Amino acid sequence: MTQLPSWAEWLVSSLIIIGALFALVGSIGLARLPDFMARLHAPTKSTTLGVGGVILGSIVYFSVSSTFSFHELLITIFLFLTAPISAHLLAKAGLHLELRRVENTRDLRSQPRQYSDEDD
Amino acid sequence: MLNKILPAPFLSLFLLVFWLLLQNTISAGLLILGVILAILIPLYTNRGRDFPATIYRPFKVVEYFVLLLIDILISNLNIAAIILMPSRKIKPALIEFPLDIVGEVPITVLASTISLTPGTITAEIRRDGRALLIHALNVHDPDKLIQSIKQRYEMRLKEIFKC
Repeated sequence: MTQLPSWAEWLVSSLIIIGALFALVGSIGLARLPDFMARLHAPTKSTTLGVGGVILGSIVYFSVSSTFSFHELLITIFLFLTAPISAHLLAKAGLHLELRRVENTRDLRSQPRQYSDEDD
Repeated sequence: MLNKILPAPFLSLFLLVFWLLLQNTISAGLLILGVILAILIPLYTNRGRDFPATIYRPFKVVEYFVLLLIDILISNLNIAAIILMPSRKIKPALIEFPLDIVGEVPITVLASTISLTPGTITAEIRRDGRALLIHALNVHDPDKLIQSIKQRYEMRLKEIFKC
């Protein structure tokens, strides 16, 4: 462990705390939102910023304490590529199983059958 | 001639940056090895690419990425506000989004963008492939949401891929 200058310590710790807070908010949302489709929104979004904050903290820490370090950015790239796909697959599964939705959900599909897998 | 050596210039550039990020240092030897790999891998895999897409406006891609990052930040704050709001009065909706763009790659990028940005998730594509089904967490005016997605993302993608 190397000693960081105090501005870097403040920056790293606040970035990590912000990241952790967003991850916490995402988990609370997962538990608290009313139905399956709404629950999906919380982890897919808040986790990106949660992980992003921790990664930024890591970049600043290693860049200040030793040499420049950017390979954490790869995690962000992977996350941006995979988060929408997992969200899409879960949403698709929820849609096709016709899970219960909260009453005030407005269904604006003009032809719902066009989005189903059923044979005509 | 250049086309023969570099069938996919942006894939090559991406591979080179990826290689350097993985190594986490820059030296002449690593750079040369990276350039060799970035030329050889696209040549070897070119025949296997299912959905070729050409990027016509590379600078627009950077602009699009920055816009996306800012929107993800705002989206996170919005979702956090909705989650932590004491009342649970949200207005979810399933919205049909008519597509103006064509092609597998542009539609995939648009669908991923919608999933990453404020309160919306792409759930399904219509059978004929001309519309997306979007689930929005809290929306008051669905038409306004469709218009804003069209203006912010779809127009830019149309310019980037010319489709």
